Amino acid sequence: MIVEVKSVSKTYDNGVEALRDVNLAFPQGQLTTLLGPSGCGKTTLLKIIAGLIPRNAGEVRVKGKVVDGPGPERAFVFQDFALLPWADVLRNVAFGLELRGVARPEREEVARRYIAEVGLGGFEHRYPAQLSGGMRQRVGLARALTVDADIILMDEPFSSVDEQTRRKFQEDLLDLLRHHRKTVIFVTHSIEEAAYLSDQIALLSPRPGTVSRMVKPDVDRRKTADEIRRDRGYLDTVDEIWHILRRYV
Amino acid sequence: MRMLLSLLVWFALWEAVGQAKFSSIVPPFSAVIEAMVEIAPTDKFRAAAVISLRNYGLGMGLGLAVGIPLGIAMARVKSVGRILGMWVNIFVSAPISALVPILMAVLGIGETTVVVTVFLFAVFVIILDTQVGITHADRSLVEMARSFGANRRQLYTKVLLLSALPEILAGVRLGAIRGVKGVVIGQLLVAIIGVGELFELYSNHFLMEEFWALVVIVFLFAFAVSEAIAALERRVEYYAASR
Repeated sequence: MIVEVKSVSKTYDNGVEALRDVNLAFPQGQLTTLLGPSGCGKTTLLKIIAGLIPRNAGEVRVKGKVVDGPGPERAFVFQDFALLPWADVLRNVAFGLELRGVARPEREEVARRYIAEVGLGGFEHRYPAQLSGGMRQRVGLARALTVDADIILMDEPFSSVDEQTRRKFQEDLLDLLRHHRKTVIFVTHSIEEAAYLSDQIALLSPRPGTVSRMVKPDVDRRKTADEIRRDRGYLDTVDEIWHILRRYV
Repeated sequence: MRMLLSLLVWFALWEAVGQAKFSSIVPPFSAVIEAMVEIAPTDKFRAAAVISLRNYGLGMGLGLAVGIPLGIAMARVKSVGRILGMWVNIFVSAPISALVPILMAVLGIGETTVVVTVFLFAVFVIILDTQVGITHADRSLVEMARSFGANRRQLYTKVLLLSALPEILAGVRLGAIRGVKGVVIGQLLVAIIGVGELFELYSNHFLMEEFWALVVIVFLFAFAVSEAIAALERRVEYYAASR
């Protein structure tokens, strides 16, 4: 277990109880989804794991060590992309290395490699405003890959991306993350997305957020994307999740 | 092009009113231009210009050095913002000219008074706009920088300041324009140095051509400063619009 969440609770200053006694374990090299309706605290939980917001109780361990802030072994992909509007793609992707003080030629070489990997080769000197939503999020993903973190935290990365782009992006994402053997913690409110992408799914119930069920999709990953979307196991997983979540909405 | 045309129309009108000799206060525009060419190379004008530019430069430099850090502090430290917020808002709209006589009493009749006047004219709008820029800096960019391990200094230099740059530049431009007012009003009231001394001299001796020539020169200077900063603003506009 590369990431462990133990009895984590969070109440915001305004009195809203976002999370209560959450326990979760994330196996190395797997993609775990936090799935639930809006207001179930899934983004809060992800940001606590990222060390971006403090927890009130419990602890988060990454590779056995308790974390109290961001660390180089975790990289975040943001829902709204969070790209520097004044910097081109190359500088945005290299930004994590720039903050670590890596020399410019070196960090740009690494950045170019990942820009090509996410399929943005040739766009190095474009600015975020010149890119579509899907392309911007590819920049966000490349930036997270560039810092060579073992754990990638993704906060609804496809929610601002249109449907057609999203499918292609999901397939590319799976290939990339498997190839690099990343551990991924993925927040989404889309049941189909969770069932398609995940090795395991943590279902969160709302107000206060707590883990209500763990689901392991019975999907054969050797199949192609189109086969998976017609796969019995995939469709059953979607059904099963819907029957659990419908109680909360 | 349109601006040039509008200027030409006004100059023609001015020339016509001047030639019609309605009042000796309004000499023809051509006479003003002549006077401008005449006074520009004189030692007296050069000396006045040097003093005025020095007063302006020092006052503006002080305004930037105090205004931007203070604006940042007000945006980032809640207590500082609460304590100073009201005062900055009062002073940004207050008629600072009324304070110049007090400054003269405290600082003496000299360049220090003018420098402080320029500073007071410019600093508050710089503070205010910097504060607005930093307050509205993209929260998620700050979060992003933190998640990738940015330290405090990097957070400011690589994210917050650049994110607030459009607002800061707008504040600096407004401050620079107010600063020109400050240098003229300060020197007029002190009345024995720089451009202010020349204004006094010309109006007391009823040298209207020279007087208007000086007015045009000061206007041109203020316009040039404002345009230079506006050009800088246009360079950062491409990303300001996409935030």
